[in-house]
Amino acid sequence: MSAASGLSMAAIGQRLEALVAAPAAAADADELLRLGEEALEHWIRAKGKEPTREEREGFRLLALHRQGADKDPSFNACRETCRELAYHYNLLGQQPDHPDTAQRARMMALVANHLYLFISGKMESQQLGEFCCSSRPVRERVDSGTQAQ
Amino acid sequence: MSDKKTKYKEVAYYPGCALEGSGHAYNRSTKALGKALGLKLKEVENWNCCGAMEVKNIDPKLQTYLSSRVMSIAANKMKMDVVMAPCNGCYHNLKKTEYELSHDEKSREVVDRLSQKAGHETYQAGQVETIHALDWIKDTIGEDGLRQRVKNSLKGIKIANYYGCMYTRPRHIFPEKDQGPGSESTSKPHFMDDLLEAAGAENVDFPLKTACCGGAHTLSDSDTSTRLVANILQAAEAAGAEVIATECPTCHSGLEMHQIRAEKTLGLKTSVKIIYFTQLLGMAMGLKPKAVGLHENVSDSFAFVKQKGLA
Repeated sequence: MSAASGLSMAAIGQRLEALVAAPAAAADADELLRLGEEALEHWIRAKGKEPTREEREGFRLLALHRQGADKDPSFNACRETCRELAYHYNLLGQQPDHPDTAQRARMMALVANHLYLFISGKMESQQLGEFCCSSRPVRERVDSGTQAQ
Repeated sequence: MSDKKTKYKEVAYYPGCALEGSGHAYNRSTKALGKALGLKLKEVENWNCCGAMEVKNIDPKLQTYLSSRVMSIAANKMKMDVVMAPCNGCYHNLKKTEYELSHDEKSREVVDRLSQKAGHETYQAGQVETIHALDWIKDTIGEDGLRQRVKNSLKGIKIANYYGCMYTRPRHIFPEKDQGPGSESTSKPHFMDDLLEAAGAENVDFPLKTACCGGAHTLSDSDTSTRLVANILQAAEAAGAEVIATECPTCHSGLEMHQIRAEKTLGLKTSVKIIYFTQLLGMAMGLKPKAVGLHENVSDSFAFVKQKGLA
């Protein structure tokens, strides 16, 4: 579906910021999907794995999300964001002349941006926390013997 | 009359910590709406924190115990069989505890040990059913009941319904969801949409309804939270929404505070209003804005609700 271009996370963010700010067009759909995939690739590589080349339901994006959430269920908080990205990609691809195309393209850009923001936030805090709270060091310091369990 | 309609008419009410602080407007509006609809709430006596995220991240089993204590009081002391928790965090933790006590011997052992130490009866899985405020209104009053009771229609108000990321995740702790017609969907939740539409609102198609708002990053990484919220606000406005309806105090506070912060730090001004679904339904039922705690919200929606004929 798309090939990685090797953008850094910061570069992905900058490009998405530009796409969100610009007048949206159906032609952006391929790039938005690719940027979403690349953000997921960064997450997977940060976890020490090689990003899959497989697809799920016709989308590498969904296969990458699944790989990214493996043994990390909190990553499923972006599952629906990924599915919305795929949904908007389909909308734009299958109905390019629809009167709502510009609106749909803008929404796809915002959805892609949300996926990026979620992943970059998680990556930024990865050394501090697994997800919601910055607690990993605390948890690691608390030896299992001192816990209620 | 359905089983749930009867069963949920009087429930044990677990407001949780947030509803006594930053989310007090949700507390006030939930109680006021329930009263207006003829539903009864009996607050869980001497309740404690559900363990939220802080305790859970340090010692998950301690969180399981804390949540079990709330359910134990409701079941064993108050003899209630349904606990209603309006906060997504509390709702999530009580459901998670129910799941763990049903499936994990270690959790049962820890909860039993700590309950004995604390001097109360150990909660046994299945003693109570935990529901959300959305289930409570949906299953007792329902869309038809709301339509019949509407005094100030929400007609003309375009709403993006925002459920946040904890209301439906992880799916395995919500076995009642995804059960076909009448049940909630974990991928595309719709209970809030259904209720507000019954009160006359026009729901917009909002793709970020279950996306993360960065709520838990608020203190440790405010910039990430601000950017996530700014994106949600922009998406809601792009979808044509005038209001984001919320059903979680953490999401609600985050949206309100970071709306202000986004303007200051990112120069992004958004005008979409952030209002609890219980406040919107309460006003639709004829309650005054102050009666549903609109004055307790951080953002000022008074002019908006007045313009829409709700005040």
